[in-house]
Amino acid sequence: MKQVSTEILVIGGGAAGLSAAAEAASAGAKVLIVESDLRLGGQLIKQTHKFFGSKDEFAGTRGFKIADILLNEIDAFKDSVSVLQNTTVTGFYIEDDTFTAMRGEEEVFQIKTQKTIVATGAQERLIPFPNNDLPGVYGAGAVQTLMNVYGVLPGKRVLMVGAGNIGLIVSYQLMQAGVEVAAVVEAAPRVGGYWVHAAKIRRMGVPILLRHSIKKALGEDIITGAVISELNEKFEHVGPEREIACDLICIAVGLSPTTELLSQAGCKMMYVPQLCGNVAQRDRTMRTSHPDFYTAGDASGIEEASAAMVEGRIAGLSAAAALGYPTEHGKIDEYWGRLESLRMGEAGARICQGIECVLVKGWEGAAHE
Amino acid sequence: MDEKVGPGRRGRDLDLIEEHPILDFQHGERVRFFFDGKEFEGFEGEPISMALHANGVRIYRETAEMHRPRGFFCAIGKCSSCFMIVDGVPNVRTCITPLKAGMKVETQHGKGNVPEMDERRRHS
Amino acid sequence: MSEKSIDMLFNSGVLTGEREGALLPPRELWEKKKGGVVVVECPQRIPCNPCHTSCPTGAILPFEDINNTPVVNWEKCTGCTLCVSACPGLACFVIDLTFSKENALYKLPYEMLPLPIKGQKVECLDREGKVVAEGTVENVTQPRKDRTHVVHVSAPKNLVTVFRSIRVVK
Repeated sequence: MKQVSTEILVIGGGAAGLSAAAEAASAGAKVLIVESDLRLGGQLIKQTHKFFGSKDEFAGTRGFKIADILLNEIDAFKDSVSVLQNTTVTGFYIEDDTFTAMRGEEEVFQIKTQKTIVATGAQERLIPFPNNDLPGVYGAGAVQTLMNVYGVLPGKRVLMVGAGNIGLIVSYQLMQAGVEVAAVVEAAPRVGGYWVHAAKIRRMGVPILLRHSIKKALGEDIITGAVISELNEKFEHVGPEREIACDLICIAVGLSPTTELLSQAGCKMMYVPQLCGNVAQRDRTMRTSHPDFYTAGDASGIEEASAAMVEGRIAGLSAAAALGYPTEHGKIDEYWGRLESLRMGEAGARICQGIECVLVKGWEGAAHE
Repeated sequence: MDEKVGPGRRGRDLDLIEEHPILDFQHGERVRFFFDGKEFEGFEGEPISMALHANGVRIYRETAEMHRPRGFFCAIGKCSSCFMIVDGVPNVRTCITPLKAGMKVETQHGKGNVPEMDERRRHS
Repeated sequence: MSEKSIDMLFNSGVLTGEREGALLPPRELWEKKKGGVVVVECPQRIPCNPCHTSCPTGAILPFEDINNTPVVNWEKCTGCTLCVSACPGLACFVIDLTFSKENALYKLPYEMLPLPIKGQKVECLDREGKVVAEGTVENVTQPRKDRTHVVHVSAPKNLVTVFRSIRVVK
């Protein structure tokens, strides 16, 4: 068992985690990033499209290049930022105030830290339908990993379930990889993602069937097709069944925040539908009810990369400040300004409602039992 | 036994994306590994799942109760769908475990059997 | 078409007529501008402004609120296609009505393979991906050297409100 200690532990090396580490390191803190995947960058490294937002959010830059920018920023602090890649934090033990982590099947770590930023992102949800467990039903993020990170053809013909930003973007990326997109089915009467993402694939001939969903998947051992049909206002399957031949069913029905470590730390959690699941209560510094735990990115509420990066900076800055490192006065207000700006659009209203449920003004008394 | 093969011929037999409008793929060393006793090729350092997928392998394990086939799903080590036996050890998350030359990957049936230290060293 | 089906069409990403953020240039000006002018189709309020920041002449006006839909001053537009390449949503198109008597020159963003070459014939698609004509590739550029190409296709002028995408037949 290897003993590791640090000042600020950042769990998750994606958009939020890298931003938090960069910010904390620039304040002078010693940072350890623990990332379960083989590479740093989280979901950013899979994004071939150009980001939206403003210059602050790297608008016009392709996602995978943004990952490089963040990594370069961290590189400047080589002496104070260490990274454990392909290492999964497996638990937080409140009694011992210690984390355990594992790399491969045999390498085990015990990690002690002063402050922790949980930037563990999210995981794919799955909707129930017969045969949804067969090989060939893949999460959209997984399909991106196959084709954009490792250059493997995910399949020949795909049915995309879900027309949020992820479903629409991954459909476009599938076409760039040479895969035929048979159709996108979306249960709601409108696409959930940006209209321009939908327009891009519609004009390439991809049908987006609104008020439609998958009824069942077909196949013995692997996927060979799917049956779809129209939904009524109660989201019940009505109308004639249609069979779609495909060897891949891509699930993009939403994400769920990954928050187990926060629960293990005893943080006050709340189920917030607008943030897509169970998330931790937090204050303006992104600190949770546990004085040493912070949260940022999708783990604090499903949103998107631009917001994740700003939240990461707030958490990194706050954790460093809490340790006594000098930080620029008013920086947190500046970052909140950027968040408010990002959240002023159509999608932002729902996020703001969600944040209102979990944002506390301060913590009373002894914040943690 | 020399288990590494040179980069040479670029993926004609693997389901790889040859040309991409935005991305350029850098693969590592192409190496031999075993899946259920048969020899395959994949890229060292990339997740085992990627090598299996590129070789057309989709079924990774069979569930304990209902014997349902399972394979790849989340790709980030959070769902447990991709568990396989690797070098004698079961429940290995093949989506985030890097491929090594000579690795022995096997279809897992049910919950798998965790070997003793000595047993595993003998096996591999 | 019923109002309900127009809504469903728009809700699935198909523009069904002009609206804020998706206006056509004034015809008289458009017919005179050599090099063409930009047609922006971005009717939704999202936080985004590379169309403005990439524009060298100020034709795409600055955003008071980054969520506003783009507003174009076509007098200043030179049809340079920098915005066509910069837009993350591929929502900008430059159309030159001075190309020839019958044909306009459509400069469209393209991020697929195969990349067509000058002289090649391509399928002209409408906003639902239906083939509406055959066009000829007059030029292929990469204005910002970032893998987003702009394909210049000559095709009938009467498709000016319809033709927005190409399919390169292998």
